[in-house]
This record gives sequence, structure tokens and C-alpha cells, in this order.
Amino acid sequence: MNAVDLAPSYDLVVIGGGPAGLAAASLAARAGVTTVLFDENPGVGGQIYRGITSTPVINRSILGEDYWAGEALANEAKASGALIVNGATVWSLDPERIVGVSIAGKARMIEARRVIIATGSQERPFPIPGWTLPGVMTAGAAQTVLKAQGLLPDGRTVMAGTGPLMWLLAAQILRAGGRLEAILDTTPRRNLLRAAPHLPDFMLSPYFAKGLALLREVKAKVPVRRVASVAAAGDGKLSEVVSDRGRMPADLLLLHQGVVPNVNLALAAGATHEWNERQLCFQPVLDQDFSSSVPGIAVAGDGAGIAGGTAAAERGRLAAIAAVRALRPEARLPDPQSVRQRLQREEMGRAFLDWLNRPADSFRQPEGETLVCRCEEVTAAQVRATADMGCEGPNQMKAFLRCGMGPCQGRLCGLTVTELIATQRKSTPAAVGYYRLRPPVKPITLAELASLPISEAERKAVER
Amino acid sequence: MSARTADVVVIGGGLHGCSTALHLALRGLKPILVEKDYAGRHASGVNAGGVRQLARHIAEIPLSIASMAIWENVEELVGDDCGFSSHGTVLVAESEQELAGFRARVDDLRLRGFSHEELIDHTELKRLVPAVSDHCPGGLVSRRDGAADPFRTTQAFRRRAVERGAEVIEGVRVTGLARNGSVWKVETSDGPIEAPKVVNAAGAWADRIAAQLGEPVPLEVIAPMLMVSSRVPAFIDPVVILRGRKLSFKQLANGTVVIGGGHLAVPYRDENRTVLDWAKLATSARTVWELFPAMREATIVRAWAGIEARMPDEIPVVGPSRTSEGVFHQFGFSAHGFQLGPATGAVMAELVATGNTNLPIDGLGIERFST
Repeated sequence: MNAVDLAPSYDLVVIGGGPAGLAAASLAARAGVTTVLFDENPGVGGQIYRGITSTPVINRSILGEDYWAGEALANEAKASGALIVNGATVWSLDPERIVGVSIAGKARMIEARRVIIATGSQERPFPIPGWTLPGVMTAGAAQTVLKAQGLLPDGRTVMAGTGPLMWLLAAQILRAGGRLEAILDTTPRRNLLRAAPHLPDFMLSPYFAKGLALLREVKAKVPVRRVASVAAAGDGKLSEVVSDRGRMPADLLLLHQGVVPNVNLALAAGATHEWNERQLCFQPVLDQDFSSSVPGIAVAGDGAGIAGGTAAAERGRLAAIAAVRALRPEARLPDPQSVRQRLQREEMGRAFLDWLNRPADSFRQPEGETLVCRCEEVTAAQVRATADMGCEGPNQMKAFLRCGMGPCQGRLCGLTVTELIATQRKSTPAAVGYYRLRPPVKPITLAELASLPISEAERKAVER
Repeated sequence: MSARTADVVVIGGGLHGCSTALHLALRGLKPILVEKDYAGRHASGVNAGGVRQLARHIAEIPLSIASMAIWENVEELVGDDCGFSSHGTVLVAESEQELAGFRARVDDLRLRGFSHEELIDHTELKRLVPAVSDHCPGGLVSRRDGAADPFRTTQAFRRRAVERGAEVIEGVRVTGLARNGSVWKVETSDGPIEAPKVVNAAGAWADRIAAQLGEPVPLEVIAPMLMVSSRVPAFIDPVVILRGRKLSFKQLANGTVVIGGGHLAVPYRDENRTVLDWAKLATSARTVWELFPAMREATIVRAWAGIEARMPDEIPVVGPSRTSEGVFHQFGFSAHGFQLGPATGAVMAELVATGNTNLPIDGLGIERFST
């Protein structure tokens, strides 16, 4: 599939090929809606089912049955009649639903009558001293190479952080024959107090049994220490991990403290967002069909607020049902009520997990020389001092320090900067707000941009 | 609630409003500046940062030259160098015909007594801009021109204005103004302010103030688009502009390249929002692709547009109100007001304080739009 082969417009454009995108595209295409799904990876699956059609990890017990559940979704999407385009990077979406997409170095602007953003989540920034050293990476990145290439961590590996994904990856590494020296659990003990009221719900949810089994499996093989501080140290590369419980030599440190919605595309499209105090992140304001404040644009999956992969698929279906209703009212559709009920079941227990794994302030709001913005090398001390000087928000902070203006477009510093400003100015993240995000939401080359077809008007101007 | 009082109310916290507030304070007056968002939120904070005398309308040249003198010593005025650096601006001719037009321009300027624009041949062009494509026969240069950091500049003027006694109120909107004897009562979302003099520096919103005064103006709200690349090795010093095809091109000290030139986004001024037009940005990309082959694989990291005002004749409105004594206008800089900010503020302060200005502002008055 090349950019030039795309139609100038589609009824429905789905962005992202994880569970939400796959489920949405399948449902819409089956209902007779002309649907294209753009996914930037070489194969569908998103992060949770990454490599689902191509992974070399064929022993199913390693990645687990929850991973392989993605296979049915991928097959269903393939058979649905939706056009699925991999290697397609969407770099712009405007309120008129014009989608800027690049495939193999060529860019096109595609019109959509409806858009479902299913760009999922990203790992929360984990700004500790030394987090930019070679030898330090995120648990998510390690899981990506495990799923896609079957690669295991090499050398003395330490994991630090909190959240279900960390424990899942630990189990997957161990099952695949890998080794972990230690897990430094950064979960604050007092989290249990806030989580406790939600325990009954959690005990009824599928997470309960799975979670306990996972913890037992990992703790049987790896020493786990509760820590209140973590730093990576080394000269030019990681050589040891330092915590309040001592120092340990290490070649690889895997960091993780939960995932947050990937908001860049929805923000650039102009969708209204709000602060989620429980999950400590911004998320789009959505109605029960996952429609955003911008007409015709919905956000499904973890991009709508973190709820996990199976919930993401149900959310994708609900967004697709609403899109089909608007585009093709005569189409036969599944009953949205039953989808909603399934979604409710999947979301049960989430409050307990969120409160239990809520990262401590000290791991979200660094101090001193710890880098906040990796692209422009801006430190926590600089951000705090600039806020003290009177800088009221992240957009002014960009102008003062250039933080958030590098190639990652704020993904790795946005939440940290917002929270630091809120703390210094005794305000709240909701009041401080987030970066104003501008397309391209993913960098494109000048040559790609120059490859956009010349418009009729422009051609006439040249010929005249 | 009793009204606050001041000597002057300045409406609008762009570079122009901040500069005027500073110069008023330097004259010993007490200005209150009212800004609906924050200083530098719109065009003043996000423009291309060109500090250019080159290729200006005749009516603006005295202001531009006076401004240049301030820019060159801007740190003395505001206590911050504003990121200003001077490597000249080069207007590149893409054909002999275009170059002939530039020659006529230089001759005309000389007759009027201006010598800041200089015709250059292909050899000098390649010396100044080695990376430029070989098809360009020459151009115009203004060697003292340069570039500065727009947001930092606006903040520096704002900060110094406050240090010198101005009051700056941000997040407050002017909702109306009415005269009460010799005093203007400016209604705001945070209560009224009374002052004998008012300066309308409200940028893309200035027409609403003018309309209230009974002198509507044909102001167009525009949002010129810019985009910036990732860092590339240093390859160009001056700011480069084109006239035939719209382009301005500048590499910053950190290696990023800012590409602009006047292609417009769709502005929504009541929502503080703009929607970019990628077809036009692609045109800019193609122009750069042809002119600077070295840039072809550079990555575009971000694109944006700032909301501002354009007048039909593309020169600003600077001078006293035609209908309302004590009110002065300073808006409509038509996508090239950044360089003019420092001196225009001085001129406005002089006008407000003395009723006159030594610097010629002929041709810039609001009366040109009265019917």
C-alpha cells in the first residue's frame, strides 16, 4: 500500500491498530462503512498485542493467554473488509477531520467523515537521577523487543517501579528463561489506604486472581524490595542502581510507573481535555459513545483514560457503533447496551489498581539536576526556578526553557512539567494545564511534506 | 467598586503594548496595561523573530530605522539581550527580472535618503548564503538586520515596564470604554479603570476598540504559519527571504531552522485558536526543497501560527484617534510589526505625553480609512 493509492476520502478513518482500533475498524467495515485503519507499526496489535501476527515467541505460555487474545481481534479485522495500512504515520488531524498521513516517505491529506483516535497509551515519564544513561530503559520498551524480536534482557538486570505491567513483564522474562537480579518496588505503602475501599470490586474482577498469581510467580524467583528512592549511576553508562536500601551493580535498569493516555493527536485536533486526579494524567472529555468535543472525532481505547486492553476493544466497538449510526443509519449493528455491560465488567477493579499503583510524588516531581526534558536537556531545578519566577504554565515554560520543544513533542516531559509548575505555584495540574500541541504530532521530513500533491489552486497560480 | 486610576490605559500586552507601557513609565507616567491572556500569547510571542529593515513600505522606514538603533542596544533598555543577533537579512532574487526590480528599489530609496538596502550580485550572495541554490542571480541585503527571540523579547519589555512603574494586568479583558469629561473609563472583566489617555494596542482585536470609538477599520484577522526543523549543522547565518514565492528562512543558534513567509492558517480569534493549512505548508516545503538542497532530509518538528491583524494596505495604524481625544492607536502591523515594537512604543509615549512626535508617522493614521 502506497500513499498514492489512498482514496481522497473515507467514511471512517481509524488511527492506531491496537485492540480499540482493530475492534472499531472490524465492526464498522462489517456494517458496510468504508473504513481505513492507519497504524505506524509494521504489523497490527498496538503495544499490548505487539507482533501478534509475527512474534518469534511461539511458546504461548511465555507471553500468556491475555496476549494471545489479540490474535482473534487481528484476524477479525483482517476478514472485515477494512483497509488496514501498516507503516502509516498519522502526523496531523484537524477539526475538519483532514488527516495528514505518511507512508514510505510520501505524505497525503485524507478527508474523513468520522475519525476514531485509538492511539492508546504511553508509559508515564519516570524522571530519576541518571534515567538518560545508556543501560536504562523503560519496561515497556523491553517488552516491545521481547514480543517483536524475542529478545531478553542481557546482563545483570534490575527492575524498578510500580504497576501491573512491571509484574507482567517480570513474569514473561522469567518464563522465557531470563533472569532478574531484583525488583525495586516503588509503590508507596500508604496507597493501600486509598485503594482499600475499592477492594470488594477488585476482588470480583478478573484482575484479582490473575494479579495475585502473577505476584506469587515473580516473588518466588526474584527478591523484591520496597524502596523510597531510585537513581541510576555510572560513568557514561549504567553501572549501579542506588536506592534508599543500598547500591547494587547492574547492567540494565528497567523503569516503569504505569501508563497514561497518549493525548498528542486528540489535543492537536482541538479536543477538550481534563485532569484525572486518580490516574494523574490528562484525558479527553468524552461522552458515553467516546465522542470528543470536536464533532466527528472520537477517542477509544486507553487514549480515553487507562482501562486496559480488553476494555479498549469494547470502547472501540462503542465508538464504531456511534460512527456507523451517523454514517449509515440503516446498517445492522450489535446492541450497544450489551457492549456497555461488557465494558463495565472490564473496567471493574480499575479504581483499586489505580489507587494502589499511584506513583509517589517524589517519583513524578524530581528535584535538582535530574533531567525533566530529555530532548532539550532541561533540569527539574530549572523548571522549578522558572515557575517560582512567575512562569504560570507549560506553554510559557516552553518559551523560557525550550522544554517540550524537541522531537518527542513533550511526550517525555509534559506531565512532569505540569506537575512541577502546579507544586511550585501551589496550584493544581487542572489549572496549570498542558502543552498546546501542534501538528505534526510525529516529525516528518521536509521531503515528505514537499511530496504532498500540489493543489488545483496552486497549480493554476503557477500556470497563469 | 471604585475605579482604579492611571495616567494611561494600554490595551493589549503584545510587544507593542509592552513597549509603549515601558516608554510611558520611563517618561514618569503611570500606565496600566490590560491583557486578556498573557503578554506575548499571540503573534508577539510566536512570530518568526525577524528584526528586519529590509523591503519595508516607505511610510514605515523611519520607524524601522529608529527601532534598529534600539535593537542594537536593547539590553540597555530592558536588561536582557532578547536573544538578538545581527547577521543581516538577504532578499534573494530568483531571476534577472526580479533583480532588476530590486535595483530600481535601491535607486528609489537612495533618492529618499535611505541607504540601508544594498544590491548584491551572485558572488556576494553565495558568500553570504553559500547554501543557496545556484539559479539565483543576486539579491538585496540589509546588513544590520538580525533576529531575536520573540517571546523572550516581549517578556523582557513587560518585565522592565513593571520595574519602571507600569502595572500589567493579565487575564483581564477590556469590555468597553466611555468618556466621562476629560477621563476615559475603561471597563474590564475585573472592574473599571479611569485614565485621561488610552492606547489601543490590541492587535487582532483592535478593530473592536476602534469600532466602539466610532471609527471602524477594515482589519483582517490573520495567522501566518511557521514551522521549525530539528537541529541541523550550522549552514546559514543571515535571515533569507523571498518575494516571488513566499518564504522566510532562518537558522537559530541551536541549529533549528524556522521556515515561514506568510502562508496563512485559518484563525479563530474568539477561541484563541488557529487551524493550519498543510497544503500551503507543503508549498513552503517545496520552496525550501528547491532553494536549499541541504534541508531535504531535515525533520519538521512543529508548525504553528500566531493571530494578528492585517490592514488592506499592509501598513499599521499608528497615531491619534480621529474621533476620540486622548485615544491613540497602535495596531495592524500586518505580519511585520516585531522589529517596529521598540521605536513605536517610544513614539506612542511621546504622542501621549506631548501630543506630538519627532519621528515622521505620516501615512499611518487611522484617518486613511474614514469614508
